[in-house]
Amino acid sequence: MRKLLLYIIILTTGLIFLARVFYLQVIDTSLALRSQDNAIEINYDYPQRGYIYDRNGELMVSNQPSYDVMVIPRNLKPFDTLEFSKILNITPDELGKKLDKAKIYSPLLPSVIIPQLTKSEYAFLQEKMRKYEGFYIQKRSLRDYQVDHSANVLGYIAQVNKQIIKDNPYYISGDLIGRSGVESVYEELLRGVKGVKYIQKDRFNRDIGPYKDGIFDTLPEKGKDINITIDSKLQEYGEKLMQNKRGGIVALEPATGEILALVTAPSYDPSLLVGRKRSPNYTRLYYDSIARPLYDRGLLAEYPPGSPFKTLNALIALQEDVVSTEDEFYCNNGYSYGRGRRMGCHAHSSPVDMIPGISTSCNSYFANVYRRIIEKYPSPQEGIDAWKNHLSSFGLGQFMGNDLSTGRPGKVPDSDYYNKIYNYPTYKWYSTATLSNAIGQGEVLMTPIQLANMTATIANRGWYYTPHILKEIEGEPIKEDKFTVKNHTTIEPRHFEPVVEGMHQVYINGTARSLQVPGIEIAGKTGTAENFTKIDGKRVQLTDHSIFVAFAPVDNPKIALAVFVENGYWGSRYAGRIASLMVEKYIKGEITRTDMEKWILENSLEDEYAKPLSGEPFTINQ
Amino acid sequence: MAKSITGYDWTTILIFLLLVGFGWANIYSASLGVNTGNLLDLNQVYGRQGLWIVLSFFILIIVLSIEPKFYQRFSSVIYIISLLSLAGLFVFGKTIAGQTAWYVMGPVSLQPAEFAKAATALAVAKYVSGIQVNLKEFEHQLKVFVIISLPVLLVMMQPDAGSAMVYFAFIFPLYREGLHFAYLLLGFFAAILFVATLAFGIPWVIGGILAIGGLMFLRNRKRRPNILKYLFLMTVAIGFSLSVNYVFENVFKQHHRDRFNIVLGKEVDSRGIGYNTNQSEIAIGSGGWFGKGWTEGTQTKGHFVPEQHTDYIFSTVGEEWGFLGSSFVIFLFVLLLVRLLYLAERQRSQFSRVYGYSVIGIIFMHFLVNIGMVIGIFPTVGIPLPFFSYGGSGLWAFTILLFIFIKLDAERISYI
Repeated sequence: MRKLLLYIIILTTGLIFLARVFYLQVIDTSLALRSQDNAIEINYDYPQRGYIYDRNGELMVSNQPSYDVMVIPRNLKPFDTLEFSKILNITPDELGKKLDKAKIYSPLLPSVIIPQLTKSEYAFLQEKMRKYEGFYIQKRSLRDYQVDHSANVLGYIAQVNKQIIKDNPYYISGDLIGRSGVESVYEELLRGVKGVKYIQKDRFNRDIGPYKDGIFDTLPEKGKDINITIDSKLQEYGEKLMQNKRGGIVALEPATGEILALVTAPSYDPSLLVGRKRSPNYTRLYYDSIARPLYDRGLLAEYPPGSPFKTLNALIALQEDVVSTEDEFYCNNGYSYGRGRRMGCHAHSSPVDMIPGISTSCNSYFANVYRRIIEKYPSPQEGIDAWKNHLSSFGLGQFMGNDLSTGRPGKVPDSDYYNKIYNYPTYKWYSTATLSNAIGQGEVLMTPIQLANMTATIANRGWYYTPHILKEIEGEPIKEDKFTVKNHTTIEPRHFEPVVEGMHQVYINGTARSLQVPGIEIAGKTGTAENFTKIDGKRVQLTDHSIFVAFAPVDNPKIALAVFVENGYWGSRYAGRIASLMVEKYIKGEITRTDMEKWILENSLEDEYAKPLSGEPFTINQ
Repeated sequence: MAKSITGYDWTTILIFLLLVGFGWANIYSASLGVNTGNLLDLNQVYGRQGLWIVLSFFILIIVLSIEPKFYQRFSSVIYIISLLSLAGLFVFGKTIAGQTAWYVMGPVSLQPAEFAKAATALAVAKYVSGIQVNLKEFEHQLKVFVIISLPVLLVMMQPDAGSAMVYFAFIFPLYREGLHFAYLLLGFFAAILFVATLAFGIPWVIGGILAIGGLMFLRNRKRRPNILKYLFLMTVAIGFSLSVNYVFENVFKQHHRDRFNIVLGKEVDSRGIGYNTNQSEIAIGSGGWFGKGWTEGTQTKGHFVPEQHTDYIFSTVGEEWGFLGSSFVIFLFVLLLVRLLYLAERQRSQFSRVYGYSVIGIIFMHFLVNIGMVIGIFPTVGIPLPFFSYGGSGLWAFTILLFIFIKLDAERISYI
């Protein structure tokens, strides 16, 4: 025993040590992480965000320097909080809360204490910062808007939130990220890549050189400058025309699918969402639930398309070979069908064939055409699905696959949809049950950009490029297949000519004859869409939406657009005028019909929008 | 010199060389500054350690050249010289960081406490191997106790509690030579009671003593135990616990208390007093299986672990060589100790055996306290890792301590 005891003690000690070392080095992995935090400091070098130009090279967005007061909680030394909070112009309480938050986020990574100082605040603070260890000023670049329009197109940048940091390891607290519009879709192009330097620290937190001689360090990569397809002047003009109104304008270049203008009204000045005032301004815009300035109507609003949709029915009928352009239909101020049901129409000469059918927007004509399409097939189900198939080839009823930050698919009903609502096969349904589709008032819903794209497709006589907003990266045109390969519709090109002619006639002797632009041949279509709201749970009809689609010139289309004015009454009243002015502005560069421009600028629909909110009884369509 | 070179225990010498060599490699890494000189640069810690190592080779050759009889015959003289050198500190010594532990002669500083361990080992061996000495007799126990206590007292007065603690090592040779097991047990229970008092506080410890005492009494009650004996033992235990508490609160300095509190898990402030242990654990833990590679340790480079080239050198091993390296070092020490135990047992002379056991005890205490401290399972007590830590005095003292025994072992046949 006396000989053995020491053996036992020595071996036991050795085993205990091995176990402990094994625990520290192999089992407890948290220590390895702490060592990284401890000894290695990561410094970031933020590159300039790329500039945004319009299609003509006009600078829309550049940068301005901005300075954030940052903290690394681990490096904090005790300091006079009262004095420091006075310098930062916040209360000691706020400072304490911010510091607590920073500690919770990470004791070792930087957190923002005061974001986005002005230059003068920065100059004042810079001298005093030295005294407060652990705090420093991080220079970043903020957006500097050269234009006061296009807010919905450009989007804005803001500090990343916790969720983004969690989802994308590239970002750390305080980083800026594009949050909507072009800024968000092309975030990675615009932001570039931040550079990283790993610095070996000693225990006094002094730099003692690059970690592993800098083999993990990276240089920052500058953000790329981009040209977007927007025509800044046209966009600005569109927003001006839409003042005091609600709605949207989407203008496309038919030959390329490029978006020339994407107007939503009401909108706001993009400079409102820059810097320290971003947050209160954003909150104000966000909570304006009546005008909804952050809601991009050009992309998100799904409306019944109204009469412009008739052009598609005409095309489908020709392709399905159920009517010829010469087939005439009578109209007796409307169309009667079923048991005493009737679709009204306005006064015009009768009978009409296709071209006057389109230019006078005859409901009876299209009711007949639509029934022929559906009834060509043995069952209405097959008819509807064939009809839908054609519409899908125009990109309707689905997301367009464009490069915009937001969008809606719209709606094109199919047989399943009607089977469900009419409870098939218990009850049967026939083409007349879906007759509103003939005139764009039924279950079909389209967004203004879909309407514009439909117009561009007609202008191109049968094909379209997916609408897109990015034109060039650092001067190089984009090469993405999605935007450079034509989408062909199911309609043969030869069937487009009569429809184009019908739309041309709209301007010559149809619903838009008062909107002609001297020297420019325009094709267009008016539209009026009934709409309803709920007041105290009751369905109440409001003044019709004013809709207009157009493209010009007829033979060599440069622009195709859709205009949508909420509660603007009939198509040519607001939307038609605006479309006509937009076409003239884009093609001629100037406006000759100043009285029409004046009328649009001076007339406001605010009274109309106030009606349903007034709580008083009101009349519509005045 | 020995009759032939094969007489020396080359296993031990090999382990010695490995420890010294690997130690130097780690000191090099731990002391690497921004501006690195050449390997022999005496302005650098690693350069000086290189010199100490070279000098230690000369010292070991001298130690091996001396006849074993010399060590036995002159052990008392060596012991007395050693005591005088410790006492002389209070007249001629230099006070560094609150400890009067150094003789400074120009560029050379010596720490006599390091050498005193070897001297005491010789003195104990000499006394215990005396023909008439019997460790079962109280008088002889007392005399050995005095031999050991004198250097302890002098070292304590510097004050250097760490070095003083090492003298507990002599319990091992004494036990081997016949000291009653009760002393060992007593020491063991005292240590447990000591830690328990500090960790759980007086009320719990007293409660525990009463509960255990009561239970044992009830279990043995059929044998009609003497209740007074139980009461006496429990009173002694409680008295001890109370006095520990008193000593801890009133005699210990705050930094001693802090060091115990860290290890007992009472303090978690990583920037405060737990800093050393915490940083040391981080460094070791970050090494993983294979370590970050020699001179690649980020904690070591950043000098996060204080005193890393001296007392905390094992943390460099842990960080840069990983579990592989740290288990290698632990293995080397265990191997060395076991080998020395084997050697000690084959000695024919009691003097050699007692001396051998003392060497083992001393190296073991350093191994236990140092690595235990660095890996956070023992209070922070500043004593070096033998052959490994930076420091001339320490290296030389351990070289002398070890090689006297190697010499004794080599001559075990001719010398009785």
